[in-house]
Amino acid sequence: MDYSQFLLMPQEMGLLLVFLLVFLYDTFLPQKMQKALPVFTATVFAIYTALSFIPVAAGEAFGGMFVQDPSTWVMKGILNIGTLLVLLQAIEWTNSDFVSVRRGEFYELILLTLFGMFLMISGRHFLLFVIGLETASLPLAALAAFEKNHYESHEAAAKYVFTAVFSSAVLLLGISFVYGLTGTLYFGDIAYYLVGEKSALLIAAVAFVIAGVGFKLSLVPFHLWTADVYRGAPTAVTSYLSVISKGAAAFAFLVILVQVFGAVYTSVWEWMLYVVIAITITVGNLFAIRQRNLKRFLAFSSISQAGYIMLGIIGANTMGMTAMMFYVLVYIFSNLAAFGVIAAIERKTGKVTTDDYNGLFKTNPWLSFTMMLAMFSLGGIPPFAGFFSKFFIFVGAAHQGSVAIYVLVFIALINTIISLYYYLLVVKAMFIRQDECAIPAFKSAWSERVGMALCVLGIMFIGLLSCIYTGLSQISEGVQTLFATLS
Amino acid sequence: MYLVPSLVMFGCGVFGFITRKNMIAILISLELMLNSVDINFVVFNRFLYPEQTEGMFFTLFAIAIAAAETAVAIALIINVYRVVKNVDINQLTKLKF
Repeated sequence: MDYSQFLLMPQEMGLLLVFLLVFLYDTFLPQKMQKALPVFTATVFAIYTALSFIPVAAGEAFGGMFVQDPSTWVMKGILNIGTLLVLLQAIEWTNSDFVSVRRGEFYELILLTLFGMFLMISGRHFLLFVIGLETASLPLAALAAFEKNHYESHEAAAKYVFTAVFSSAVLLLGISFVYGLTGTLYFGDIAYYLVGEKSALLIAAVAFVIAGVGFKLSLVPFHLWTADVYRGAPTAVTSYLSVISKGAAAFAFLVILVQVFGAVYTSVWEWMLYVVIAITITVGNLFAIRQRNLKRFLAFSSISQAGYIMLGIIGANTMGMTAMMFYVLVYIFSNLAAFGVIAAIERKTGKVTTDDYNGLFKTNPWLSFTMMLAMFSLGGIPPFAGFFSKFFIFVGAAHQGSVAIYVLVFIALINTIISLYYYLLVVKAMFIRQDECAIPAFKSAWSERVGMALCVLGIMFIGLLSCIYTGLSQISEGVQTLFATLS
Repeated sequence: MYLVPSLVMFGCGVFGFITRKNMIAILISLELMLNSVDINFVVFNRFLYPEQTEGMFFTLFAIAIAAAETAVAIALIINVYRVVKNVDINQLTKLKF
């Protein structure tokens, strides 16, 4: 065996090294040093994140099963940034009394799921993709059940594991149909055999694959687990689930749809995705309006955001791909800012409903300010990053040019206005409504403040620094081969 | 022809997943679905593409993944059982719309 192939996967190897360091620290160092484990993990991971932006050589390993190209490289970098923010915000929570005994497991499982997502992004063979998907979803069930003293946590984990296994069974059925049609599991070879294919089996296969991955992305009608799991799981895990896991699944989805099923784009999956996107954005928005619990509210908001991410895929062009990666980057910062505030307040007071936030601006101006920026960015109000990401995603989808896509973009546009209503409800509660028993002023921990400050910087400047979008755009233009079989 | 049992199995799995109230029974239904997919792969490999073994290998990995899934699911069911002293899915109603 040629071991030099491992040199093509420096990000995976680096992540494995971080995991091993954390594991050894957790296992062998004396009890009194364990309290520093979260800070140690965050530091090592920060170094690794910085190093992971060193450009890597493009190429393929293991007979084409694993592909490293600039787009996978930058996507992994984006996920690394998001995971770093999650780790920073989790430091205080993992040092709390109930969790501190098993904080090591939390970090190990998070790093392992990230490894699985990397395999998902880089895998160009269905076997590697499925292994990556399972590695990314099974430990998350264990993480959702992490707060042993809370019943909600167990319930959320049980619901998550059942739906996750169900969806992976559906996905595997779809893959088995694809195998039956083509006799191979390599993405490139399947695309070659599928040219001109138009059988019922193929349509069923595509539908099952969309359903299987749609569960992970929580697209409507496969979204029913989302609100319950987000509500019940610990907030650190919820934030990880809502941004990192979603971003990785979105990129893998793009690769599968465009590269594997590219030959049947107009005849099979364009209209399937069309319907799914339209109802995802609408249903997510409408249900978000009636939520009072902020974690459930963000769950439904993330469902509709997933619909917007899909808009970058349905265009099936490099512009849409750029817009999708940019959207995921912005979404990471905005959503993690919101979850950072929720986690800080929940840890101090245990309050998570919108009504509890009445008059928050009077007592905790900085937290309210962060939350306001996050809501503005998620809603897409101009100077903040969220506006630019929405703009690019609409342009990318409309670039495809058909009338149907224009209608879809119009539906999404109307939904953006609806979403402003409920995002601004939170802002209104914090700034305009008054309450006698508002949450008292408190000082959040340094790690939480660093995490939130980074998020705020991201929200303010990612949209304004045009070099980020240009860079992503050049990278997408560089992977034209992905779109080779599109028709 | 050999696809019929696997598809029937998959259908039974979906039916059981939806109708069963006991979490262990739901888990068994899930196993049924995963195993029917394995049969699917083996059938396709054996009858359509006998000169290669990709489907067989996929099946081997799928079996291992299914085992891991069962282990995690059982652990979580035990967790729930410790709290509510029951494995009835109707008890899990604290989180809802």
